[in-house]
Order: sequence, then C-alpha cells, then structure tokens
Amino acid sequence: MSFDGDHLDRLESESITILREAFAAVDRLGMLWSMGKDSNAGIQLARKAFFGRVPFPVIHVDTGLEFPEVYAFRDRMAREWGLDLIAAPCPPIESMDPTLPPNARSASRKTAGLKNAIARHGFTGIIACIRRDEQSTRAKERVFSPRGAEARWEFRTQPPEFWGHFATRVPPGGHVRIHPLLGWTEVDVWRYVQREQISVVELYFAKDGRRFRSLGESDITVPMPSTAATLADIITELETIRTPERAGRTMDHEAEDSFERLRVEGYM
Amino acid sequence: MAPQELPLKVAVVGHIDHGKSTLVGRLLHDTGTLADGKVQEVEAMCRRRGMPFEWAFVTDALQVERDQGITVEVSYIRFRSARRRYVLIDAPGHRELVRNMVTGAASCDAAVLVVDATEGVREQSRRHGLLLHLLGVRQVAVAVNKMDLGGFAAGRFAAVEGDVVRYLASLGVPPQAVVPVAAHGGDNLARRSEAMAWYRGPTLLEALDRFEPPPPATARPLRLPVQDVYKFDHRRIIGGRIESGRLAVGDEVLFSPSNRVARVKSIEAWSDRPGFIPPQSAEAGQAVGLTLTDEIFVERGELLSHAHNPPLETSVFRARLFWLHAAPLEAGSRLTLRLGTAEAPVEVQAIERVVSSDDLAARDAARVEYLDVAEVVLRARRMLALDPHADNPATGRFALLNGIEVAGGGIISMEGYPDQRPLITPRAANVSTVEHRVGPVARAARNGHRGGVVWLTGLPSSGKSTLAMTAEQQLFAQGYQAFVLDGDNLRHGLNANLGFSPADRAENIRRAGEAAALFAQAGFIVIAAFISPYRADRDRARAAAQQPETAGFHEVYVRADLATCERRDPKGLYARARAGQIPEFTGISAPYEPPDAPDLIIDTCAATVEECAGRLLEYIQRQFAPPDS
Repeated sequence: MSFDGDHLDRLESESITILREAFAAVDRLGMLWSMGKDSNAGIQLARKAFFGRVPFPVIHVDTGLEFPEVYAFRDRMAREWGLDLIAAPCPPIESMDPTLPPNARSASRKTAGLKNAIARHGFTGIIACIRRDEQSTRAKERVFSPRGAEARWEFRTQPPEFWGHFATRVPPGGHVRIHPLLGWTEVDVWRYVQREQISVVELYFAKDGRRFRSLGESDITVPMPSTAATLADIITELETIRTPERAGRTMDHEAEDSFERLRVEGYM
Repeated sequence: MAPQELPLKVAVVGHIDHGKSTLVGRLLHDTGTLADGKVQEVEAMCRRRGMPFEWAFVTDALQVERDQGITVEVSYIRFRSARRRYVLIDAPGHRELVRNMVTGAASCDAAVLVVDATEGVREQSRRHGLLLHLLGVRQVAVAVNKMDLGGFAAGRFAAVEGDVVRYLASLGVPPQAVVPVAAHGGDNLARRSEAMAWYRGPTLLEALDRFEPPPPATARPLRLPVQDVYKFDHRRIIGGRIESGRLAVGDEVLFSPSNRVARVKSIEAWSDRPGFIPPQSAEAGQAVGLTLTDEIFVERGELLSHAHNPPLETSVFRARLFWLHAAPLEAGSRLTLRLGTAEAPVEVQAIERVVSSDDLAARDAARVEYLDVAEVVLRARRMLALDPHADNPATGRFALLNGIEVAGGGIISMEGYPDQRPLITPRAANVSTVEHRVGPVARAARNGHRGGVVWLTGLPSSGKSTLAMTAEQQLFAQGYQAFVLDGDNLRHGLNANLGFSPADRAENIRRAGEAAALFAQAGFIVIAAFISPYRADRDRARAAAQQPETAGFHEVYVRADLATCERRDPKGLYARARAGQIPEFTGISAPYEPPDAPDLIIDTCAATVEECAGRLLEYIQRQFAPPDS
C-alpha cells in the first residue's frame, strides 16, 4: 500500500485511531447510527478498525418521524453489515422545553431519547459522527468530549486535547462523546462513500429536480433544488455550491442560538 | 481519482483583542470562502446588538462570544488559496483560555501571530510564542494589525516589527514574514494595500502560501505504540498507528520496555471490496494491524521498533512542560504520565527552572503555577520506552494527568541521564550458574559476622572516602573482614576505560555494584564509596547484593550541602568545574539524585570525622552481626 499523503487515507487512518482509542478506553461503547451518509461512513471505518465487524451496538435514536426510505435502509443494512442494532424511542414533544422554537423543540426529542438510551443500556461512551464543518458550534467540539450526568456540553471548560492525548476517562456518572469524523468535510465523506462503495439512502440523489443534502426528521427537513443523480454529480455539485449544508434543516435557523441551545443540552 | 494533498493547518494566535477573529473572518470573505448569505446573517446579528459590522462573528458562533466580543473556543475554518487548501485554527487570546489555544495549535503545521500595532507585543503574544515553540510549531508569520488606527505609518510598524522579531528569534522561531495589515478593511490580507505602498513584502495570503507542509516521518526509525491487542477470531492482532518509519512483513521487531522480540507475520487489513489483498508493508501515519510469527505476550503501552534501532529505556527523564491545571505542580507531586499509548505513575523529582512568559527569564522556583512553562525531572517506578524529542517528536512528548484530567504536556530531553537499555540487556546467551560448596552461613560462622555491602553515596567532597577508609581501618583492627571499594581507585583499573558521560557513569556503577556483590558473597563487609548520582544505578547495585543469608545492601547517604562540599574541595575539582574545565561535574553541571529512603543518613556538616565514623561503625556492627548473636 502506498501512503503518499493521500487525503482520504490520512483521514481514514486518523478516524480508525480514534475508534481504537475509544474501544480501548471505554467499557460500554455505543455508536449512533442515523442512517445518514456520515454515520454510514462511520460504520465502514469501524469495520476497518476492527477487521470486519463492529464490536459494539449501534443506536438509532428513533423519533418515529424518519422518512420511510430511511427505515427500509436501516433494516436492510443492519442485516447486511451484521450490526447489533438498538432502536431507542424518543419521548413525545409535549414533554420538551416549551421555550424552544417549534422545530428545535421537535429536534430536542432526540436528545431526550439519547439520554434515555444511555441510562437504559448503561453506555459510558457514545460515538457520534458529527463534523466541524457542518455547523459553527460543532466546529468547537473536541474529539473526546466528556459529559456529566446531565450529558451537557460544557463548552466553557472543555479539556485540552493535543498530540493524540484525549480526555478518555469517563466522568463519574456520565459518559464520553467520541467524534471520529470531526476533521472530515462534507466532500471528504462523499469521496469516501464513492471510494469505498458505501450504501446510502436514495433520498440523497436528485429526483424531479430536488435532493436531500442533509437528512433529518421528515417534519423538519426540506430538500434543495439539484440535478445531482450520482455520487460523482454530488461531488461536483459540492465543489461549487455556496449554500451551507444544513440549510434544509429548519431547526438550525429559527433563532440565532437554537442549535447552540440544543447542543448544550446534549444534542449530537 | 488523483490523490489530494492534505490541507495545511495554520493556527491564528495572539493577545486578546488584537484582532485574530476579525482577520480570519475578513480573509474568508476576501478569498470567496463564505457561504451565500453569511455576510447578511452577520449584518443582522450586529444590527440586533446595535453595533457596527463585525467580521469576527463569522467564526465566533457561540452566544457568549458574540455578546462579549471574545473568542472562547477554537474554531476550525477551511479556505483555499490559488496554491493550496488550508484549515485555519482561530485560537482564543484570553489568559484563561490557554488550554483551548494549546488544543488548537498542537496539531498545526504553522502559525500566524497577530499583534496590535498600537499596543505592540503583550502578555499573551509572548505566551503564545513560547507555547508554539514547545508544541513543535516552527513556521511563524506575524500580522501587525490595526495599521489603520495609526494612519498606516511605516515608523509604527518598524518599531513593533523589531520587538516581535527579536522576541521570536530568542525562542528559536524567527518569523518568516512580518506583514502590516488592517484586517477590518482587508489591507494586505488577500489584497495589497494602497495605503501602505511603502511595504514591499508579501501579503498575509502570500506569506501563508510560502509555508511548507511538514516533512514525512518515514525517514525516522520505526516507532509504533501498541494501542490494543484484538482476538476477534483465530488471529491475535496487534493494533496501532505507525508514528515514524516503515514496517514490512518479515521484519524483526522489538517491543519495549518488555524487550520481547518477534517477527512480523502479516499486516492485517479489512475491506469488503472483492479481490482485496492485504498490504505487505506500511509507513508513518498509517493505522495498522499486525500478527507475529512468535507467540509472545504484548499489551497496550508497549513501543514497537525494529530490533536494531530501538528507543531509549529509562525510568527518569528531563522535561520542558506547560502546565494547564489550577493546582500547582511541586516536587513530590504524583501524576499519571501518558507517553504514546503507555500510562505510568510518575513523581516530580525536581523542579529545575520555571520560565515566565512575561520576560522569558528562567527562575528557581519551588512550584509550577497555572500557565507556567517549566523544566522538571520526572521519575517513574518502572522502565519507560521513549526518544528524546529532538530525535523523534512523536515518541519524545507526553501528557500529564492529574486524576482524570489532562493537566499539562511537555517534551523530553535526556541531557544528563543515561539510556538504561544497555545496562539491563544481557549480551551472552547459554550461560548457567555453578553452585558454591561453601555458603554464606559457613563463611559468617568462620568470620564472626555476615558479608554484605555498605554503599556510601553523596556529592563529591561530601566525605565518603574519608569515612570509608576510617571505618575500614577500625573494623580491621577489631577483627572484621572489611574492604573498601572506592570510586577513584576503581577508575584506575576495572573501570579505566570509562569516562563521565551519563552512559559511562551508569556502567561504572554497574561494575562496582557487581564487584561489591562478589566481595560480599566471599564474606566481606564491603564499604563502597561512590558518588553514584542516579537512583536507578544504586537500585541495581542493591539488587545485585540482595543474596539470602548475607547482610544484604545498606544505602548510606553521606549528606553535605553543595556550599560545604565546594569549600572543602580537597582535589580542587569544584573550582575547575566552575571554571568550565570539567564538563558533567556532579552537583554543578550534572544531576545528583539523593536517596529517597536511605538506610542511614550521615550528615558530615554537623559532626566531626570521628563522630561520623563512630556512627557508621556502630551501624555496621549491629547490622552485620551473625544471625545467632
């Protein structure tokens, strides 16, 4: 294998190292799987890190509001990839913080569903395939993000992280979030999906002049105009596009701070 | 698909309010990087807050950052120049947020130090400069910002430029360019400033494009810290990332510090693509899995190398570290060392210097406070495998944990300390021992006392030889079989081929310790008088002399303060060392590690030679008496 500084090889190697570090340091590890392109790439990386099988459960935090294509994809790929799937239900919207704007309030059900799953299964480490370039508060995350009992993101007191030394110790009563794809970009993920021939939900590809660039709940996600019908088309489109990736995720845009509020409370 | 170059990572650092985030926001705009609608979004935010347009809001995404106008947490921002892609890391400039600056800058290939033209070099400008050097960032450009506030005056720029160049050069990171900019208006960022036509150097963007990507680590010796050992199926796979060098199937590899040797049987990799063939070789940067031909025990924390090019082994090293924890570091502080994938409890043996970032002056201090940079000596209870940072950065740097928190980090120097690997590696194979027919009990019965070693350690001129010779004479007069092994005397014969380098000092003591053990076995009371500055060496001498039914090993600390020793100086050695004529002189230019739990302390400053010898004699008579008396 030649390793002449190829970008995707480097990124892959870094992510595998992070996943192996998490596996070595954390007892009860689980990986979030939204069936989106990023977490599919995350599963491929985990299979590479651990020589063909994902050695921990994957968790779908299920609002019940995914697109039907997404549920079908989940059940098919869980079998094909041999995943130990946990479908974790979310509490109803009525029990969510009423001061949040409506779409963010809907999204906050996922935070609650995740916290319930953590408590129920005793997870002490949660792998989430978020990226810094997706959203400007995610740009400020650490690779290993320790969370206390309330799962809050304490951005004021994040631990230092340098030379591959991460805050791998689990805080008492809490868990650690692990972000193996933090340094990847949207185009990196698509190039990797193309190179590794990773299956993705067909909603990403243009149909009748529109496609989904980012997949969320069907009630708070809208498609964008596009003619990109293949992986190569998508990569070309993203090289020139100037709109942000999460433009179609309505929860981000209701108020200046809505996504920050979600993340501080423990959203991915 | 053509392979793509990695983006170059550049940290933007400097004092608070000197305009780092403004510079980043404006640079993104001027290079056409901002997404559609971003400028309008920022305009709306500023309107809501009743303030003029603020470029910093592009990266300062948190509410507290926008409300207070400061950067709290590092942002990672991408953009592209005509030459290459970049990741800019916008670091906070506030004193309380240095841990975030460290996080951002540690992974960078280069840095831009932003200095306010009206304020000049300030506290965090200095501290960030110092940290950049420690973190291994060697390419720096300086942006002298807010030139518009001083009417774009060349004189103001020249004054700040002089200061900052002098400062960075003294740290060992002379700047590659110093650029006068006005970030708010975009002057000399991506666009040459008409207002500063007097400036002939590169724009900031041109200065960035002149940085070079880091050289690959493949040219250095092979180092692979073992991350984990997997047994998912019939294979036992060793996982880890190659930090430097290259590895191929069939290579003979050594695991340190366990010192087990094996051969690489296969490089394991998984792919679901049909026809995939696992690689036969791998190199620095790759995360790999290995199997071995020999069934040896390997675990996380071992450092894999080629057998012929191993890392150093030591239980003690010198470090230059940055301290990010609120609780100060003191001599005796206990911490957890993380070195590659290894973890080991360590103790701060000594704090040698504390470097203040205000004036860069090195001071003697008993404590390392929050945000200090310091030179310390760290000691582990077990052997560690490492490289000096100058030889191999990846295996020559570490993090320190206080409890579960990452509290600091640093780089390793072995100046003054030997590699202990040659001392613990037996060279000869096929050697077995032959039983004596006369044992220690029979010898003790004939001599009227047991054999054993009394080991005198202390600074030069502390009184070891005087004490040893006096005790020997008196013991002999009383019928004891006693003999002195003296450092100076042994250097005329057994150790005549050794000098005073750390490695030779260690070998000197190894031989003396083995010789002392032989005399003790022969039934003698051995009084060994050696400076023996390293604890590890004395521990080995103790191990050599620990034999059943002898009196064993007794460590005696002959204590005298440095000033007294220097005053005595019977051989004039201190004077010559002070004059620089003797390099590596213990106490002056080479370390002395006092015993942490000696069996006896004799303070030669506080008593006469006769009194001291009397105490030693009394101790020996008690400890070396035969078991039945």
